[in-house]
Amino acid sequence: MATRTRSEHPPVRRGDRIFSATALGAGILILLILAGVAIFLLVQGVPGITAGRGSLSGRDSFWAYVGPFAFGTVFASIIALVVAVPIAVGIALFISHYAPRRVALALGYIVDLLAAVPSVVFGVWGITVLSPALVPIMQWLEDNAGFLPFFEGPTLTSGRNMFTAGLVLAVMILPIITAICREVFLQTPRLHEEAALALGATRWEMIRMTVFPYGRSGIVSASMLGLGRALGETLAVALVLSGSAIYTFNTLAAENSGTIAANIALQFPEASGTAVNVLIATGLILFVITFAVNYTARKIVDRRSEFSGAN
Amino acid sequence: MAKSIDVSDLNIYYGDFLAVEGVTIPIAAKSVTAFIGPSGCGKSSFLRSLNRMHEVIPGARVEGKIIIDGNDLYGAGTDPVAVRREIGMVFQRPNPFPTMSIYENVIAGMRLNAKRMKKSEADDAVEKSLRSANLWAEVEDRLRRPGSSLSGGQQQRLCIARAIAVEPQVLLMDEPCSALDPISTSAIEDLIHDLQHDYTIVIVTHNMQQAARVSETTAFFNLSAVGEPGRLVEYGSTTKIFSNPDNESTEAYISGRFG
Repeated sequence: MATRTRSEHPPVRRGDRIFSATALGAGILILLILAGVAIFLLVQGVPGITAGRGSLSGRDSFWAYVGPFAFGTVFASIIALVVAVPIAVGIALFISHYAPRRVALALGYIVDLLAAVPSVVFGVWGITVLSPALVPIMQWLEDNAGFLPFFEGPTLTSGRNMFTAGLVLAVMILPIITAICREVFLQTPRLHEEAALALGATRWEMIRMTVFPYGRSGIVSASMLGLGRALGETLAVALVLSGSAIYTFNTLAAENSGTIAANIALQFPEASGTAVNVLIATGLILFVITFAVNYTARKIVDRRSEFSGAN
Repeated sequence: MAKSIDVSDLNIYYGDFLAVEGVTIPIAAKSVTAFIGPSGCGKSSFLRSLNRMHEVIPGARVEGKIIIDGNDLYGAGTDPVAVRREIGMVFQRPNPFPTMSIYENVIAGMRLNAKRMKKSEADDAVEKSLRSANLWAEVEDRLRRPGSSLSGGQQQRLCIARAIAVEPQVLLMDEPCSALDPISTSAIEDLIHDLQHDYTIVIVTHNMQQAARVSETTAFFNLSAVGEPGRLVEYGSTTKIFSNPDNESTEAYISGRFG
């Protein structure tokens, strides 16, 4: 062997080296971008956290200022998730296991198309079509389920409240959740489905025995991606909702908690000086919330990884 | 519990493609019947038609009659789900449910039949089925571990335990040992030997020694050319098929001379 002197390392092909360098570069790049954003938020945001009353719309501290918006953000997103996830799972299941192939294909395209609609369109649709259409439903909920804090009312006659905002968000996150769930459901090993069927499971029992357990982590991941989108959604909420800095679970009334992203979008053009830092600091809080959500989701997915079928 | 099966003039289609043509065969109760033949000759398709698993593939259908203990398997009023509860199946590759523990795997089929089961009943059923499958001693101290943590041979025996836990009348096995090493294969063959006292067993195998070892009756399937439907060439007692078959192609296949 000619290269005997350097035989401590096995020879590496050029293609392998190029590929691993590219992959490493891409990995480092994403970390750099994330770090850049985090540093920007910290540097610009910290002065906002310590800002005085003047820049906080009359609030005593930054935390008192950001609290209601953080609450509104999470509340609106949870409404969206609660509404969207069951529907998305249902649609995904219909496409993957019930619909004839041609119908499934068409439905898949339509759902993907929904993902391509710009959020401003959803916002305008929420104002002009959805909110007036929802008013009778809200009225009914107020009359019949008013004992729940969510439906206490009185229903806002324009319908532009948290209820509508949550539903608009639900429609917006529906495509991504559906698309991922569909892919995950389709990947259920045929072997496991047949095992269930051969035991005498009906189609629904087969889905409960194999498709759902197999797709569990996928459903959680999909929901978290949807939640991430809902948390950060700005325009649709800013258009539909006139949020104020209050805490309320009442989704029907005129007074609603605003969301961080919508608040930044609405306030930023007029902000100056420390007020800008305050808004960036609220962005930092949103970043932390989103990060926490993703981390939790990861934990949930990992908890039963031994039973996931990945081994 | 075990029942006999009478198949007459069965054709199996995938869409417009005729895969298996004109199968007529009686399958005796409490015995082991082996299907042998080259790949693609329709033995697995035929096996799957015996518990209506065939039709879970889109476009697949059958013509002809399968009578199990006087009941028409493909009669208008027959529910395929009910059929599969009576006729268990073990697949080529071990397929325990990965999200379930060993314990849950065994009672998965029973849970479908009876939603409410007492803990003690479930425990007894699990132990009985695992003992029947010769697996109890190996797993009794780790019943809560995932089924996928077992070795391939153990997983296959777990699948057999799962299939017999619901006490089926017939047990279909589609090349149950093809993914296993000789030791696991031998364990499964011993198991088949024990199970035939209680069950009607039909096994598809590519391993002719295995067919000779475990079965009482052997059926040879063949196809005349690629693209032609598979046919049942002949069936008879295993001793006869392996020593003195009627058909020349059977003898050629068994002795390793093809065509």
